[in-house]
Amino acid sequence: MRKSYGDPIAEDLRFVVRSVVGEENFIDMTPNRSNNYCCGGGGGFLQAGLKDERLEFGKLKDDQIQQTGASYCIAGCHNCHAQIHELSEYYEGNYGVVHLWTLICLSLGILGPNERAYLHDDLKDVLVFHPESEM
Amino acid sequence: MAQEVITLGGKKKSMLIDKVKELLPDGGNLNLCLTCGACSSGCPATGLEDMDPRKFLRMAALGLDDEILKSDWPWMCTMCQRCVYVCPMKIDIPQLVYNIRSMRPREERPKGILGSCDMALRNDSCSAMGTSPEDFKFVVEDVLEEYQEAQPEFKDMQAPIDKQGAEFILNQNSREPVTEPDEMVPLWKIMHLAGVDWTYGNKGWGGENYCMFLADNEAWEHITRTAAKQADDLGCKIFLNTE
Ligand code: SF4
Ligand code: SF4
Repeated sequence: MRKSYGDPIAEDLRFVVRSVVGEENFIDMTPNRSNNYCCGGGGGFLQAGLKDERLEFGKLKDDQIQQTGASYCIAGCHNCHAQIHELSEYYEGNYGVVHLWTLICLSLGILGPNERAYLHDDLKDVLVFHPESEM
Repeated sequence: MAQEVITLGGKKKSMLIDKVKELLPDGGNLNLCLTCGACSSGCPATGLEDMDPRKFLRMAALGLDDEILKSDWPWMCTMCQRCVYVCPMKIDIPQLVYNIRSMRPREERPKGILGSCDMALRNDSCSAMGTSPEDFKFVVEDVLEEYQEAQPEFKDMQAPIDKQGAEFILNQNSREPVTEPDEMVPLWKIMHLAGVDWTYGNKGWGGENYCMFLADNEAWEHITRTAAKQADDLGCKIFLNTE
């Protein structure tokens, strides 16, 4: 969205994230906005068969995330999600990588037990909606 | 005695960079480089294959076409555009990269990207996993029914496919219906609670477009047009790209 409409529209998403996780739990990475770095999942890199290079590309992103000390990183799309998830494991930062929809539903108390694939133990059992429906 | 002039081989033939310049508005500013290095210093692909964006552009400008076409680096640049953002001359390096991708014979481009593009061309879904419209419909209906029962607060929740006249049309990354269907549900819930009138399209629902990454212009256009036509045929006003 930012790429097409510019930085201001991304502020709306920051508002959503802040509202959902709480101001004190929101940490922007540095650099951010249009100065931020690409994670390396895009442009077809995920499927290009160049894994070593892709992970090396992503080192910058992983460093940036680890420097925030945050326990979760929100990824905006699937390419990013897959890549950052792999970076977290490969470089052993072991931070969680989640879609925004997961956190929105968690904050609304409507996130069921089977919709938590990317939450870690600290949030797995928080505010579970219809826990009896666990599969 | 006058020194002999050194001529660079590439200058004689029509260079690859000239072909790319013809395609881009203002020639992508490709001949305005100040060699300041701002692009390279913030590019995560700097150093891979002993390459960086400034060097890549210089090689193109010098007509080192063979070396450029041989390099895999264009497949390591994600075309993220950060270099354009920081460049004082707004030089469009990612467009140069894209067009160089397209100059490699199709069958010699990275197999994974090629395979995903070909999958998307197999049926009207345009899904990089080759999922058919019927399979997509089956999964969506099955998951929806399951959640309507298990979470009665959402018994009226909908996940329509091809709903005529819906305001929003949504696409869907194929990974969810195929490998983690539960992950589709949180978004449906948010749409439901927000009272959004939305639909998926039976054609062109696949959100990912690997034909674009493959730099196969015709196939890329086919996929985008399939999705756009479905939105038009259904009379939807806003296309929500979830990818
Ligand atoms: S930032 Fe622009 S002007 Fe500077 S070296 Fe890169 S392409 Fe050239
Ligand atoms: S578009 Fe390519 S060259 Fe430019 S910063 Fe991104 S990865 Fe580097």
